[in-house]
Amino acid sequence: MIIIGERINGMFKDIGQAVREMDPKPLQEWAIKQQEAGANYLDINTGPNAEDQVVALKWMVQVVQEVSDLPLCLDCTNFDAIEAGLEICKKPALINSCPADRPKIERVFPMAVKHNAKIIGLTMDAKGIPKNAENRIALAMELVAAADEFGLPMEDLFIDPLILPVNVAQEHAPEVLEAIKQTKLLANPAPKTVLGLSNVSQKAPDRPLINRTFLAMAMACGLDAVIADANDDPLMATAATAEILLNQSVYCDSYVKVFKSK
Amino acid sequence: MAFEVVKERYMSKVNEVVLGGTAETGGTRGHALKVGGQTTLPYLHFEGEVPNKPIIAMEVTDVEPNWPTPLKEMFKDVYNDPVAWAKKCVDEYKADVIYVVLNGADPDGANKTPEECTATVKSILEAVAVPLIIKGCGDGEKDNEVLGKVAEECAGENLMIGNAEQENYKSIAAACMVHKHTLIALSPLDINICKQLNILVNEMGLPLDRIIIDPMIGGLGYGIEYAYSIMERIRMGALQGDKILSMPMVCTVGYEAWRAKEAYSDGEEFQSWGEQSFRGPLWEAMTAGTLIQAGADILLMRHPQAVKLVQKNISDLMESNKY
Repeated sequence: MIIIGERINGMFKDIGQAVREMDPKPLQEWAIKQQEAGANYLDINTGPNAEDQVVALKWMVQVVQEVSDLPLCLDCTNFDAIEAGLEICKKPALINSCPADRPKIERVFPMAVKHNAKIIGLTMDAKGIPKNAENRIALAMELVAAADEFGLPMEDLFIDPLILPVNVAQEHAPEVLEAIKQTKLLANPAPKTVLGLSNVSQKAPDRPLINRTFLAMAMACGLDAVIADANDDPLMATAATAEILLNQSVYCDSYVKVFKSK
Repeated sequence: MAFEVVKERYMSKVNEVVLGGTAETGGTRGHALKVGGQTTLPYLHFEGEVPNKPIIAMEVTDVEPNWPTPLKEMFKDVYNDPVAWAKKCVDEYKADVIYVVLNGADPDGANKTPEECTATVKSILEAVAVPLIIKGCGDGEKDNEVLGKVAEECAGENLMIGNAEQENYKSIAAACMVHKHTLIALSPLDINICKQLNILVNEMGLPLDRIIIDPMIGGLGYGIEYAYSIMERIRMGALQGDKILSMPMVCTVGYEAWRAKEAYSDGEEFQSWGEQSFRGPLWEAMTAGTLIQAGADILLMRHPQAVKLVQKNISDLMESNKY
């Protein structure tokens, strides 16, 4: 299970302020904290308030790489900012994200191949997020075809079937699980799958419980990666346990510890 | 329709472990040996690196061995003299390593003192230039004393010392850590215990590249397939990035093969099995040859003819099959 630590995101108050003031400290603290907790990637998002996305994202990549050697997940809707970030990433990065819209595919996929980066492909287009699994899969197929067309290795494509909050869009959760299962059948080797896990519990009570329950269910359907709170210990323990129960990692009594130190 | 060679790319590799301390590292061995380091399944040179060949350690005991007669006969001129025995194995049979089993320490046997055992190890160190593997008599308490003493007195030689087990690992792991030796971690045909033991030993401070896995094999015809599949799983784990399973593996081939009556029995009632002198060494060689295919890195062997066959097998397997 690939854990993408979600915390370095301008939507959080401390990070938003740090980005505005160009104060590296909060970013670097969270980089280290998430790495120690067992994150495999660090998500980097400037937040909506950054004046210049290109400048902000580049600066964030720089300061985070000063303290952590984890690969980064560049989370931005501004592709110029992502490209600026890719140019200075020391390790192959993950682009977060590209929807199944032709103009965006044509912008993002060649850029990823050029920089040896991976892509999170969203199962949505200009019309929005589909209601059912079938339509999500139709869009996933377009992304898979794009990977072939532009020469992106299939294992470097992460399909995100887009989970919505369970309190207002409950019917989406089982459709997402179905979409994860079917995504794994689209190609051989199969594309990877990813979720922005915390979305499932937006504005609901006891978010950690909802998050970790859905994580276990999604892993049973074939989920490979998750953007989540790496410092949520019970969540990390759930991921470790699900990996064991899926026989993806050899069991030992210290399996939670092993998972976090991987 | 061109033919394309399917090549697996693994994300990780087997740890490379050094055996034997030379003058540069404070030891007296003529050379050090490396094992492990593979980036692919056994001998698939075409999709990865197999930088080190598996090595054969021949067994020498500090007291007369309780081996079956036809095997013991092979060493009749030396089995009462571990030094001469070790020299013969190196000079005549080209053993890569000498595997010294200190059966003399057994409290129910000769009950030799830790000092006596250490003296034996030291005299073998003086007689041969190859690295040594040292194993105790199997009595946990006594082995802790004996192996602790050997580790201390032979600091710098980078011995491989065994066995650490789940219920008894602290003292021997500490001795290996302090005196810079390599540890054999033995688990009873159980990959879960194997992994946990490696964690426990590593948590004491012994680096992962100073640990060797002994999966406790079964001999040919007596459960070898269980060991085979566990070893395959360990190796897959190593290649797929499980650091706790990335150790090279050692197999007690000689001990297990020569427990089988098929290896040592002779006479009327076993005629349908053919000649013992042919069957016995083959029993050991087949056990070794099989486990080599599952990823064995160090083979602990006994019979010179079996050793010779396996040496040939290894040199054939180490020839590149790159496309």
